[in-house]
Amino acid sequence: MAARLYLIVVAALLGSLLLASPNAYAIAPEQMPTPQLEARYLALIHGFRCMQCQDESLADSPVDLAADMRRQIRDMLLAGQTDRQIRDFMVSRYGYFILFKPPFVWKTAWLWLTPGVLLLIGVIAALRVIRQRSALVATDPDDNDLTDA
Amino acid sequence: MIPELGQFALILAMLLAALQAFFGIAGPALQRDRWMAAVTPAVSGQFVMIATSMACLVASFVVNDFSVAYVAENSNSALPLFYRVAAVWGSHAGSLILWIFLLACWSLAAVVGTQKLPKPFASRVLGVLGLISFGFLLYTLATSNPFLRLDPPWPDGEDLNPILQDPGLAGHPPILYTGYVGLAVAFAFAGAAMLEGRLDRDWARWTRPWTTAAWAFLTCGIALGSWWAYYTLGWGGFWFWDPVENASFMPWLMATALIHSLAVTEKRGLFKSWTLLLAVLAFSLSLVGTFLVRSGVLVSVHSFAASPTRGTFILAFLIVMIGGALALYAWRAPLLKSEAGFELTARESFLLFNNILLVTACATVFAGTIAPLISAALGLGKLSVGPPYFNPTFLLSMLPLLALLSVGIHARWKRGNLHDRARPIILTLIAAAVIGCAVIFGLFTGGRVLGPVGVTLGAWIILSSLIDPIDRLRRHITIPRAVLGMTLAHIGLGIFVISITSVEGFTAERDVALGQGQSAQLGAYEFRFEGIRPIEGANYSGVGGTVVVTRNGSPVGVMYPEKREYWVQHTVTTASAIRMYHTSNILIALGQDLGDGRWSLRLQVRPMVTFIWLAAFIMAMGGMLAISDRRYRSARVAAPAAAPVGAMTRSEAG
Amino acid sequence: MSRYRFTVPLVLFALLVVVLAIGIEQSPDKDLIPSPLIGKPAPAFSLPSLTDPGRRVSSTQLRGHWYLFNVWGTWCGSCRLEHSMLLRIKDTGIIPLVGLDWKDDRGDALSFLKEQGDPYATIAVDQDGSEAIMWGVYGAPETFLVNPQGIVVYKFIGPITEQAWEDQILPHLPVGQTPAAASSS
Repeated sequence: MAARLYLIVVAALLGSLLLASPNAYAIAPEQMPTPQLEARYLALIHGFRCMQCQDESLADSPVDLAADMRRQIRDMLLAGQTDRQIRDFMVSRYGYFILFKPPFVWKTAWLWLTPGVLLLIGVIAALRVIRQRSALVATDPDDNDLTDA
Repeated sequence: MIPELGQFALILAMLLAALQAFFGIAGPALQRDRWMAAVTPAVSGQFVMIATSMACLVASFVVNDFSVAYVAENSNSALPLFYRVAAVWGSHAGSLILWIFLLACWSLAAVVGTQKLPKPFASRVLGVLGLISFGFLLYTLATSNPFLRLDPPWPDGEDLNPILQDPGLAGHPPILYTGYVGLAVAFAFAGAAMLEGRLDRDWARWTRPWTTAAWAFLTCGIALGSWWAYYTLGWGGFWFWDPVENASFMPWLMATALIHSLAVTEKRGLFKSWTLLLAVLAFSLSLVGTFLVRSGVLVSVHSFAASPTRGTFILAFLIVMIGGALALYAWRAPLLKSEAGFELTARESFLLFNNILLVTACATVFAGTIAPLISAALGLGKLSVGPPYFNPTFLLSMLPLLALLSVGIHARWKRGNLHDRARPIILTLIAAAVIGCAVIFGLFTGGRVLGPVGVTLGAWIILSSLIDPIDRLRRHITIPRAVLGMTLAHIGLGIFVISITSVEGFTAERDVALGQGQSAQLGAYEFRFEGIRPIEGANYSGVGGTVVVTRNGSPVGVMYPEKREYWVQHTVTTASAIRMYHTSNILIALGQDLGDGRWSLRLQVRPMVTFIWLAAFIMAMGGMLAISDRRYRSARVAAPAAAPVGAMTRSEAG
Repeated sequence: MSRYRFTVPLVLFALLVVVLAIGIEQSPDKDLIPSPLIGKPAPAFSLPSLTDPGRRVSSTQLRGHWYLFNVWGTWCGSCRLEHSMLLRIKDTGIIPLVGLDWKDDRGDALSFLKEQGDPYATIAVDQDGSEAIMWGVYGAPETFLVNPQGIVVYKFIGPITEQAWEDQILPHLPVGQTPAAASSS
C-alpha cells in the first residue's frame, strides 16, 4: 500500500541468480527487418511475463533469462512462425502463468465472465428498483427538488 | 532509552484504545453518562502516546541509532536527513506506526467534529475507532515491533532502498494512508448507526464530509504514487494493475460510490441499507488491501517483506472487524425502509447506475486481483492476471458511467425534468464529438477508435458540467460551494479521461543504439546523443548522458539521463530524464554501454501525461471545496415533525 | 429471500476468508511455477559435452534408464549449496545425474568440478540459454526426473535437500531401482 517498490526477497527459492537491479530494465534496440515484424515482436515481448522478475514483462526485464527469451522469440519470428505458435511454445514450457492475459479456457472462464455477469445483475437490479420507486412517485409527499449535489 | 520509551508509549496507547472502545460502545448501550464522558480523554491520551511513540521512532532515525533493528535495516549514516525521516515509513513495521498515528489524528478530529452531535452516537463512533486502533496496536506490538534492539548494535545501517530515496516517497505513504485511515471514520459512523439501530438523513449529512475528505486524500495519494512510479521507474509506465496498486484503488472506487450514495440518502432518505453497506465495505477493502500486501499471499514486487504469521494475525483482525460489521449489517439493515419515489430519469436513478457501475468495476478489479489465490485454492493451477485483463473489463463498467455522467448531473431529484436541459446537453455532446474527432485526427495521426471516443466523453463531461454554473451566473444566483466542488471534481474527471486517452493511444516509443554525435528520430522529435560523463551524488556515483532534443528543427532542450549506483546496497537505478514540452512529456532513459562509445537509449514521447495527475489533484480539490459548504457545519437533528423516513424506533429495532 | 439478502455480504466474506486462509497456507510455495512438462516427453537435445567439446551429449543416449537432469552454473549460489547432496546421490548409485551447465564459463565449471567433486555421469553445455528455455527453466538449480521412456515425471525447483530427495524424488522411482548403467563422461 505504501511506496510501491519495496522488494520482496524471492531469491532464496530460485537460487542466487544474477543480481537483478531493482529498477534497471532492458533497453534493447532490436531491429527487425520489417515494421510489421517489429510491431509483432514488441507486442509479443510485452505480453509475456518474465519468469524471474515475475512482475515485469519480457520487454522490461533486465535479467539474462529475459534476454534469452526475447532472442528466442526473435528467432521464431524470423523463421516465420505465427504469434499463436510462439505463444503455444512458451505456454507449453512455462504454463499459462507466462501470459499476462489469462486465456479463456475452462479453468479461467469464471474470471472473464465475472465482470459481464456482475454488470448484468447490477443493471437488472437497478431497473427493478427504479420500477418499484417510480410507482411510489405519486404517493410520496416529499417534493424536494434542488439540483444540489 | 528513547526506543524503550517509544515502545512503552505504544503499550499505553493500546490500553487507552481498549478503554476507548469499551467506554465508547458500552457507555451508550448501558446509558452510563460517566463512561461516555471518559471516551474523549481516552482519545486524547491515546493520541499523545502515539505521537510520542512516533517521535521516538523518528528521533532514532535522525540520530542514526543503529542499535534499533528497524533503523539498521532501513537507514544509513550517509543518508541525507530528509530521507532518514522518510525512512521511518520505509518498511513494514514503521509504516504501521504511521498508520496508527494517522488513525489517532483522525480520531482526534472526530472528537472535535462530533462535538455537536448527540453524545451516545458520538461515543459509539469513537468506540469503533478505538477498536480499530486497538487491533492495529496489538498487531504491531505482537508481530512488527519497530523498537526491537540489536545486540550488539550494527556499526552502520543497510541503507534505505535507493528507489525510495526520492521526494515522492516522503509524500506518498502519508497522504495515501491518510485516505485509507480516513475511511475508518465513515466505517465508524456506519458502526455507530448499526449499534444505535438508527440511520436517517442527518446521519448521511454527518458522514458525508468525513467520507469526502478521506476520498480526497486517497485520490491524491494514489495519484502521487502513480506519478512517482512514472518518473522513478523511467519507462513511462504509471499504472500496472499490480496487487498493491489495486489494494489502494478498490477502496477509492468504493468511496466514490459511497460519496454519491450518501447524497441520495441525505436528500431523499433512500438507499439507506445500500449506503450503510458501502460505508462498511470501503474501509473493509482498506483492511483487505493491508492483508494482501503484508501477508505474502500474492506475488508483487511492490509488497512488503511478508510472513505467514503476520498474515494470519491480520486475517483474524479482518474476521473480527469486517465479519462483525457485516453481521451487524445483516441484523440491522432489514429494518431500514423508506417510502420515497423517483422517476426513471431522476437524479436518484442516475446515481443508482453510478453506484452499480462503480461497484461492478471494484468487484472486477477485486476478482482479477485475488484470481491467483482462488485458482490456487481450488487447485486450478497457477494463474496470472495482468493489464490485458484489467483494462478491457474495467472499461466495460467505466465507459457507460462516463457517458451517463454528462446527462445525470442535470437530472433533478425525484422527477428528473431532463427536458428542461435537453438542448444544452445535446449541444455539448455535439461540441464534444467535434472536439474529439477534430483534435484526435488533426493533432495525431492514426490511433484506435477508443481515441476519439475517450476524448469525446471527457470533453462532454467538462462542457456539460459547465452548463449549470454558467446558467446560475447568468441569472445571478449564488453557486453553493457544494455545487462548485462537484463541478470542479467532475471537470477534473473529464481532464483525466482526455489525458489517459491521449497517453494510451498516442505514446511514441523507441529503443535505439547511439554513438557520440549520432541522432535518432521519434515522430517529429530528433534526439542527438552527445556522450557520457561520470557523476557523483550524496550517496551514489554513476554515469550521466547528454542528449540534445529538437522538434522539427527548433530546439527543445538538453536532457541528462543518469544511471546511479548506490554505495551501500550496490544497487543500480536508472534516473531517467523527463521534460515537459508543451503538453507532452519527453522521456529518455539510459541503457547499457554497447562498446565503441555506443549506448542504448529508450526514447519516449507521451502526450498529456502530466495532466493525468493534475486532473486527480483537481478532483481532490473539488471534493475538499464541497466539504467546506456551510450546510455541513450545523449539526441540527431533524425535528420530530419532519421525522426522517425510515428511522427505527427502539421497539421496532428490538 | 427479502430478509436474507442482507446476509449475502457476510456469506461472501466468509468465502473470502477461506480463500485467504488457504492462500496463507500455500504462500511459501507461491513462487514455484508448476511445470507443464510433467507427463510429457523431455525435449530432445544434442549438446556439446563439458569435458570433451568434440563429443556430443544427446537425449537418445539417455533412453532406456532413469536420470536426473540437473540445471546448474558456477555463478549460482544455491547450486553450490546442493552440490554435496548431488555427490551423495551419485554415491548411492540409484540414478545417474545428467548436468546442464547453463550459461556458464567452461573454465570456471571445470575447475569447480575438479575442486568440489563431479557428481555427474555426463554434462551438457548450454552456452546461449536456448536449451534451458526448451525445458521451461526459469532459475537455477532446477532438476527434472526423466523415466526410461523419456517422459518427465517430476520437476524439483531449488537446491535438493536430504528431505527433498527422500520425500519428493525417491518416491517416483520404481522400488528396487538398481545402480544405473549410464555412460560416464
